[in-house]
Amino acid sequence: MREFTLQMPHSVNAGSASKAAAKAASLFPLAVNALIFEAGGRRLIDRLDLTLSAAGTTILMGPNGAGKSLLLRLLHGLILPSDGTISWGGKQPDRDIQRRQALVFQKPVLLRRSVTDNIDFVLRLHGQADAERRQELLARVGLLELAHQPARRLSGGEQQRLALARALATRPEVLLLDEPTSSLDPASVLMIEQIVRETAARGVKVIFVTHDIGQARRLADDVVFLHRGSVAEHAPAAAFFSNPSSSVARDFLAGRIIL
Amino acid sequence: MYILHSCGNLRNKRCNLQDFAEAFRLAFGLVLSGDRDLFEIIVLSLQVSLSALMISCVIGFTLGTLVAVTRFPGRGLAVVTFNTLMGLPPVVVGLLVYLLLSRAGPLGTLGLLYTPTAMIIAQAILITPIVAALTRQIIEDLFSEYDELFQSLGLSVWQAMGALLWDARYSLITVALAGFGRAIAEVGAVMIVGGNIDHLTRVMTTAIALETSKGDLALALALGIVLLAISMTVNALALSMRATAARQAYA
Repeated sequence: MREFTLQMPHSVNAGSASKAAAKAASLFPLAVNALIFEAGGRRLIDRLDLTLSAAGTTILMGPNGAGKSLLLRLLHGLILPSDGTISWGGKQPDRDIQRRQALVFQKPVLLRRSVTDNIDFVLRLHGQADAERRQELLARVGLLELAHQPARRLSGGEQQRLALARALATRPEVLLLDEPTSSLDPASVLMIEQIVRETAARGVKVIFVTHDIGQARRLADDVVFLHRGSVAEHAPAAAFFSNPSSSVARDFLAGRIIL
Repeated sequence: MYILHSCGNLRNKRCNLQDFAEAFRLAFGLVLSGDRDLFEIIVLSLQVSLSALMISCVIGFTLGTLVAVTRFPGRGLAVVTFNTLMGLPPVVVGLLVYLLLSRAGPLGTLGLLYTPTAMIIAQAILITPIVAALTRQIIEDLFSEYDELFQSLGLSVWQAMGALLWDARYSLITVALAGFGRAIAEVGAVMIVGGNIDHLTRVMTTAIALETSKGDLALALALGIVLLAISMTVNALALSMRATAARQAYA
């Protein structure tokens, strides 16, 4: 395993965090109404209603096939709903709103370039290509020492941190993460969680998909529990974990098999 | 043809082996002696084929990538057309370019017939579909991997095309190589539009055809050996580039 250093700022600048939060607030509330998504003759998202505020980290949780990743893609505009509406701060999703968000995929998609070039590609797109910003991002995810390595030669955890750094390079107001730690070792998981926590502290709204209960407990401010393409429960984290109101969430938290 | 035919004939076997030995001797002799005519032919062959390749790469990479990343009515037809045109008969291309450039043709006034430019045009027409079809396949595979990332980043079609072409650059070298191989080895089209004029439009393949028809098989074979050596060198260079890329995990 490679040696690396993870450089986290000791404290996030309160002024810049509140500024970022205020900017992100214009995209909220996120209102999803009667959302339906059908594919191959199957209804995968079924009249889903959801309202999210700009504050904190929202965890999308649920068993496999509940529609978590699908919902994330619909929110980001990668796929279009069959019916229903999504509105960000009262506005219909468009290219501008999509550019204010960043999505990290479950399996990191990295360009066939070096670590540095992967970051520079996104920085250039956003017209902010400068070495200092790149170094800051790489330091933030602990990849400074691997800056000139080919991205595809990195370990799984390093690749996911690079994908996260690239997402952060867009200065997103909303960070969407689709099970970014699903196939990583515990050390990598903790590192990514730390970066996510620090990003949320900077005022970025985080929507994080996971079916790992422990991870949800560590990160969540509120939890949206999905079951069969609908919201079974949406509650603040403390209430959800101490006293879930839906039977499917209770079964899930108790480790019982949900059909 | 002569060699295959004669090898079946035991009586001529010694003679053929002598031909081969003579051909190798002659080939090395020609190269080592720095024969001016030979080098003129080699340089013109490379000039024509590399120019055609450059034109084909500009058109083929762009068309192939555009078809790979966009969806439009008739896209399937475009793909089938590219694939079909990969097998264009050189003589047909030669004939079409001849009709286009001949005095009575629509571009006759340009006076390009029997010039290296006409040969470049013919070869470019011949290899552009090859470059475009292979590019489309390579870029489409890569695009299926990058598609959601590009959508998420809000890339325009042109930005996506640029990124894909850059990331596929080592695979596209192989595509260019396939085009170059087809161009440098082609004889039918350049013979028709170039005319095999000494010191003007004579290239390796037309020279080989001429020497064969004159019965100077050893010289024809020697030229063939030189042609093969050029192809091998170009292939070796491309292979080493790909190997370097693979080592760096870019490919």
